[in-house]
Amino acid sequence: MNTIKKILGLVWMFLAPAIIWFLASQAFQKIGAATTLTKSNVTLQWVIILTIFTPICIGFFIFGYYAFKGEYVHLPSSSKDLE
Amino acid sequence: MSLDIKPCKISLVIGASSVGTLIEWYDFYIFGMLATIISKQFFPSDAGTSALLSTLAIFAAGFIVRPFGALVFGRLGDIIGRKYTFLLTLVLMGGSTFAIGLVPGFATIGWAAPILVLILRLVQGLALGGEYGGAATYVAEHAPANRRGFWTSWIQTTATLGLFLALGVIILIRSNQGVEAFSAEWGGWRYPFWMSIVLVGVSIVIRMKMSESPMFTKLKSEGKTSTNPLKESFGHKANFKMVLLALFGAVMGQGVIWYTGQFYAQSFIETVCKVEFVQSRNLMLWAILFATPFFVVFGYLSDRIGRKWIMMFGMLAGILTYRPIYQYFLDATNVKNRIEKIDLARTVVSEKTASVDSKIDTKLYVVQKFDTAYTDGAVFSYTKTDTINIAASIQDASAGSIQYTQANGVDATKFDTIQVKLKPITGIVFDATKTAEVTIASISLKPNVLVEKTLDKATYWNLIWLVFVQILYVTMVYGPIAAFLVELFPTKIRYTSMSLPYHIGNGVFGGLVPFLGTLIVEFTKTTDNPAGDPLAGLWYPIGVASICLFIGVIYLTNKVDKEVMD
Repeated sequence: MNTIKKILGLVWMFLAPAIIWFLASQAFQKIGAATTLTKSNVTLQWVIILTIFTPICIGFFIFGYYAFKGEYVHLPSSSKDLE
Repeated sequence: MSLDIKPCKISLVIGASSVGTLIEWYDFYIFGMLATIISKQFFPSDAGTSALLSTLAIFAAGFIVRPFGALVFGRLGDIIGRKYTFLLTLVLMGGSTFAIGLVPGFATIGWAAPILVLILRLVQGLALGGEYGGAATYVAEHAPANRRGFWTSWIQTTATLGLFLALGVIILIRSNQGVEAFSAEWGGWRYPFWMSIVLVGVSIVIRMKMSESPMFTKLKSEGKTSTNPLKESFGHKANFKMVLLALFGAVMGQGVIWYTGQFYAQSFIETVCKVEFVQSRNLMLWAILFATPFFVVFGYLSDRIGRKWIMMFGMLAGILTYRPIYQYFLDATNVKNRIEKIDLARTVVSEKTASVDSKIDTKLYVVQKFDTAYTDGAVFSYTKTDTINIAASIQDASAGSIQYTQANGVDATKFDTIQVKLKPITGIVFDATKTAEVTIASISLKPNVLVEKTLDKATYWNLIWLVFVQILYVTMVYGPIAAFLVELFPTKIRYTSMSLPYHIGNGVFGGLVPFLGTLIVEFTKTTDNPAGDPLAGLWYPIGVASICLFIGVIYLTNKVDKEVMD
């Protein structure tokens, strides 16, 4: 199980930038396809989405890195382990 | 350390904490419940779907800032104490909700209206970001180790009960006032916002009488409270990795399950299935009422068998059953699937009534309602609105509605002129003698058709049952989560550490379910399929819950931490 946890860490590290890339490409596509009437609304929507999900994906990448490094092999059993 | 707290004391602690939290949820949700009306009041009248999307974006903005509220108030709560921090959040929430009810509409102050609403919505989000973590921590720090899941589950009921209260208040006011008075610029939709100030006042009085958390008091007397909770929570790898695990392995999945079951379901039933306003809300009320006790059941169960698998099962159930459930919603409300006969005795086609546009007096809106009644009791109403541009304005017609008749045939679209009966400025009776003949310049090619379906009893209860099932999933993922989060982090930085993942998971991942769900459906619309795939919006919660389930199963432990007072 511990090996699986570590290997999956690589998956999360790959998935995080893949999500950002997917969202960014969608944003370009949808903003480009918007009409002049809807352009400002569509741009605003995608700016919101990218602003929110980019830091979350960075957090997801860090989570993957920690998993890969074996930080989740043993979870802390008391608060002293967190200090 | 163990705490010896009498049952009556813990009941008081839970009661006082829960009432305040419930009111904050109520304040937060009335905005979402009234999204359709708010989009009409605070955005240009011709904005259509983009107005609704913008309103949902403002609604979502309240969720997005919740993590920032968690940071600001979580830090305060770990430094000055739980009690005073969540008193402050209550005041901010009540004040901003009340103020939203005072903002004039777009028709009066233009773009200042949505900007003001956005600012107040952000304050609401910040306040809620500070509230929940405080209440959950406060109760958990009073609860005995073997009953922490059970006691904190009472706090977990407040979000759903807040939604219940919001729905109930809105239905009550709308039923008493009628649709028009309720939806007017200064109409009844504002009352739920104004009511908040009274509810918050009562809650403040109750909370003022509460004492500080015993564990926090002890830490403070020993001088062991954190001086920089943000740094200790997120600057130290040992704690930060648990924050990330809590978010990606539990809370983000819980957030999307919560908002799909309680918000997306209601939005879908109303806007996609076109179930009538009051009936769509009534069925939510029944489902919530039946499902709410299960928060406590699963909280209690989590003390016995652990928190992890209950939460994971709730996510798995959602992932597997959302699409069949929503497909049933569509099938059950689709007129093409109806096999019952039309009840001709109760089927009514109304007179055509026209009104003059408030700004352009040569523009007429001609409205006709078709009520198709079925033998099983269902009534499907279609309100068709044609927009007719006339050559010259009608004298005396600007005062209000005019009745529309066809002077020269059945179908106005085939004729150049129409005859209208004018309604006097005062009184309600149309004066048949006072008529005007107007020349049509153009007619909108596509009439606006508003559909409202009143369901028959069997379908209505089937929908209640299926919403109940979704809220049951919510109780599985949400009932144990407060205890789960409290046990992950140490007392001195608990408020900060648990609030951030909770509000990113719920506020961001969960809060965006209605917005992103609607947006994804928009993407599937093409010229060949203008309605798009109505079920496409479900891929967002299903996708997020699937990743979370996978991470939770692999990385989380099912062990209950008995020693939380460290």
